Amino acid sequence: MSIYKLGGTPLSDEEFKKIIKEITRPNAKYLMSAGQAYSVFFEGLRRGKIIGTYCERCGMIYVPPKIFCPYCFITLDKWVEVADEGKVVTAVASYYSANMERLKEPQIVGIIKLDVPGRTFTSYRFPGLLHRICGASLDDVISQRIFDARVKARWRPPEERKGDINDIECFEVIKT
Amino acid sequence: MSQPVVLGIGYSGFQPSTSHYNIREMIYEAAAKAYEDAGGIDPGSDVDAFVSCQEDFWEGISINDEFVPDQLGAVLKPVYTISGDSLQCVLSAYSMIRSGAFDIVVVESHGKPSEILTMRDIILMSYDPIYIRPLNPENVFVFNALEAKAFMEYNKIDREALGRYVISSLRKGLRGRRNPYASIKNVEAYLEEEYVVEPLTKLDFAPYSDAAVVVVIASEDVAKKFSDEYIKISGVWSVSGTSSIVYDDLREDTMTKIAARKVFDMTGIKDPVREIGVFEIDERISHVPLMVIKALRLSEDVNRDLMMGRFDEEGDLPVNPFGGALSEGNVLEAHGLARLVNAYEILKGSLGSRRYSDVEKILIHSRRWPSSRTTTLAILSR
Repeated sequence: MSIYKLGGTPLSDEEFKKIIKEITRPNAKYLMSAGQAYSVFFEGLRRGKIIGTYCERCGMIYVPPKIFCPYCFITLDKWVEVADEGKVVTAVASYYSANMERLKEPQIVGIIKLDVPGRTFTSYRFPGLLHRICGASLDDVISQRIFDARVKARWRPPEERKGDINDIECFEVIKT
Repeated sequence: MSQPVVLGIGYSGFQPSTSHYNIREMIYEAAAKAYEDAGGIDPGSDVDAFVSCQEDFWEGISINDEFVPDQLGAVLKPVYTISGDSLQCVLSAYSMIRSGAFDIVVVESHGKPSEILTMRDIILMSYDPIYIRPLNPENVFVFNALEAKAFMEYNKIDREALGRYVISSLRKGLRGRRNPYASIKNVEAYLEEEYVVEPLTKLDFAPYSDAAVVVVIASEDVAKKFSDEYIKISGVWSVSGTSSIVYDDLREDTMTKIAARKVFDMTGIKDPVREIGVFEIDERISHVPLMVIKALRLSEDVNRDLMMGRFDEEGDLPVNPFGGALSEGNVLEAHGLARLVNAYEILKGSLGSRRYSDVEKILIHSRRWPSSRTTTLAILSR
């Protein structure tokens, strides 16, 4: 039955806003444990090293590391230091934020397949590290020249590192 | 139709804080133990589907479903998530097995409240945003206290009897395996405690614990291929109430009453007092088990029976004989599985003395915390 038939008078949006000033402002704060694997990874970044784990069964290398292989479901306890250089697997440029506000500068992010010393490029499976890419033009991205480009980590100065993913400012293109 | 059974269980945590592990590493540890307990199953080749019970606001991650598969070995498999207590996941797994479409289903749940810095505000987010939240209750458990007070008043249960329940449960917890808060106290000390929100003191609320629990549920025919040491899920049912206690009858626990009628019908139980050997009941707030005892018709006079010790370890109706949530801590949505783990271990004979060796059936109960009255009951049997 409609509220009008009941003889009521619904509040207009304006009237409702006068009564309810604020409906939702979540105050949700957390302090999350990095865990065993991420702790090693972030401590490595502070020292200028990129650390992963690898699965002896399927050959997958995890950067950042995991202590288990999601595919084989076995415990991973083999650590590997990978190079801070690699190849771009894929990259995109963002022009607007997710709220559809135009960015001052387009941001390029990509997935980078890092080199692993002692292993050739095809002898391991590598899901890739997600990070910002710098030194590339928008045309490099649009034309897909960025694919397979060689990139190298641009590290923050040691005294400014905090042990988080931003200890690497970006991966800089060194050869397209 | 296929008979669902619990083939294996695994857990990690049940500690006030597990800062050395992140939640995914905890779940991995629990899953690895559960698969081993289940006779060494391989999640990749043996498990048909996975069901996870969790709530985004406890996680700090929206659409947390995406983070379920890795640590369970569930990558490239069907994975379902339910925003609810973990016994609701057991009901899903039970139904999936009974349908005949699934042979083995893994149920997972976890809670890591030690990582939540603004628990009061997150609990407040669970209340009606337009009507209740603007009232900004200083203590978000005021609704639970209102229920406790009404129930105790209508059923003539005094605070000494409630204290007797709390003290007894904390002592029973000393015999359990996962109980960091178990302790010896006396009723006098309970009665001297300051009210947090009347009629409840801090001893009436389970403190928080971190835990992850994984349970392997299988059809009996398939379970036999891996192990002959399994426990049957004879029945399970869930009932939800309205969104607010103001619409409920506070004199009784209607949800438990209806769910019990259904599971007793499913399992052929005529007289729960005689046929059920142990009751594993949600006691995250101390008056709730008393409501459940009443709703299950285990007692005509709960106050008298509490004072007589009928629900104590040596009583004829043992409730949480190895400690409940008051001793193990509140593990959020994983609570229902924590009750199931106790029941599984008692029925397998790995927890408890000869006193429990002839127990054939255990009832487990969980009610979604903190403000929901959604209730799930299950009967486990040898």
